[in-house]
Amino acid sequence: MGRGSYGFRKEWSWYTLVGVAAISMTALAALAIVGLTLSLLGHFTLEGLPHVTWEFLTQPPRNNNTEGGIFPAIYGTVLLVVLMSLMGVPIGTATALYLSEYAREDSALTRWVRFGVNTLAGVPAIVFGLFGLGFFVQFLGKGIDRIFGLELVWGKPAIIWAAATMAVLTLPVVIVSVEEALRSVPRHLREAAFALGATRWQTIWHVVLPRALTGILTGSILAVSRGAGEVAPILFLGVAYSLPELPKGLTSQFMELGYHLYVLSTQSPDVETTRPLQYATTLVLLLTTFALNLSAVLLRLRLRRG
Amino acid sequence: MAPASPLQVKIRTIELNVYYGYKHALQDVTVDIYANRVTAFIGPSGCGKSTFLRALNRMNELIPSARTTGRVEIDGINIYDPEVDVVQVRRRIGMVFQQWVPFPKSIYENIAFGLRLNGKPSKAELDAVVEHSLRRAALWDEVKDRLQHSALELSGGQQQRLCIARALAVNPEVLLMDEPCSALDPISTAKIEELIEELKHDYTIVIVTHNIQQAARISDYTGFFYLGRLVEYNRTRELFTNPQKRETEQYITGRFG
Repeated sequence: MGRGSYGFRKEWSWYTLVGVAAISMTALAALAIVGLTLSLLGHFTLEGLPHVTWEFLTQPPRNNNTEGGIFPAIYGTVLLVVLMSLMGVPIGTATALYLSEYAREDSALTRWVRFGVNTLAGVPAIVFGLFGLGFFVQFLGKGIDRIFGLELVWGKPAIIWAAATMAVLTLPVVIVSVEEALRSVPRHLREAAFALGATRWQTIWHVVLPRALTGILTGSILAVSRGAGEVAPILFLGVAYSLPELPKGLTSQFMELGYHLYVLSTQSPDVETTRPLQYATTLVLLLTTFALNLSAVLLRLRLRRG
Repeated sequence: MAPASPLQVKIRTIELNVYYGYKHALQDVTVDIYANRVTAFIGPSGCGKSTFLRALNRMNELIPSARTTGRVEIDGINIYDPEVDVVQVRRRIGMVFQQWVPFPKSIYENIAFGLRLNGKPSKAELDAVVEHSLRRAALWDEVKDRLQHSALELSGGQQQRLCIARALAVNPEVLLMDEPCSALDPISTAKIEELIEELKHDYTIVIVTHNIQQAARISDYTGFFYLGRLVEYNRTRELFTNPQKRETEQYITGRFG
């Protein structure tokens, strides 16, 4: 070693050890995440994939859920998610728009809305289920029946009320992610629109919303996909143990993948024989959720390019 | 810089005050700004010159804590009168910002934006206004073959001229410019200064600038703001050659800034 570099030579000290330890531990934690994900996916893929047959995907369950497929559950899950999005995303977006574009941060109403959002976000899913039964089925549904003189059409557990309950459940996530997307639109852009004589609504409609669209859509999809696998909130709201046919309308009962999995693994007459069905159902549920997440990513890429 | 037309007051502020919360950002500003002249306002950061500019088209109202008292008269009409529609004010008084912000749309749509806000113009009408505005902003030759391209593809200087064209498209009478060149290179700055010189024949131009030399180069009148007050206001040549106040002299000779 030349004399010139003497002062810069690496020397061992306790700090070296601390540095090495810090790198190893954080990297280990990060690797553990990868490992967990891979083992979760690997396990269910290996065990489930052989049983995911065409028949399994397209047939209704038979013989007390011990044979046949899960088509009604796939259909019910997709329908539930679509209905829930149609109700939750517009309301959530409207709330976020109010919070980000109209409300004054220090007003009483803003504080109450934020309090509501935070509280909703912390409520356990099963409580939403009970709330849905009480509010949507008993109060709203029965109320509709009474007003129109109907004989128990809306006032019973049904897919529409399950979807409404899920919408309430995902609402806080939708609001927070949409508000974040709206707030990320630069202030300059709004000012430029105002300076051209745009009204507040014109600014929102022509400048803020188009610019925030990607964030709004991906945020909504992620929120919705988070809700898609939830079983607890729909337990009392018309989800069926086994149905050979598909739901015919908004007031029908329905099957759902998450609930079906719960049924297969705990309510089956013979848990051992249905094990392949359980794995296959889990895999389909996972793939459905991943498909939603993937569509969010693709949408983001596509809109960013366009 | 010999003014051609006779002096005519376009904007008159009377005891204009702006507060941000408890901060008294602009204090008792009374000033006449003349039509078809370039009026520059200079001063160190935080002196109130941008606040003053934004008071002239009621942009300060977008800041929740801002409060304005006093009068701003455009052609004799107080724009803070409760019966005045702020949207009309901003259509007649255009604004160009320090940070140019084209909308994430095509060049064409950026210019058409202001017109579309106000009814449904025909395609021919839009085409004509887009071309005219871009020509006025000295940008037409550079972009005429790619009007449908995204405005974000343009260079910084081009984007700023696009923002000027966008402001001109709604046919304002006054153009407020908030440090329009402070983030531009010298060549783009020169182009914009040339443009300002050209535009003053048809518009009243009020420009806020950090750059003392720029104010001296392009303006007919100059005001010096310091600590929220308009310290001195005069013909540009007078103000720079024979300042009446000590702060003005110290500022323009570069003793603080």
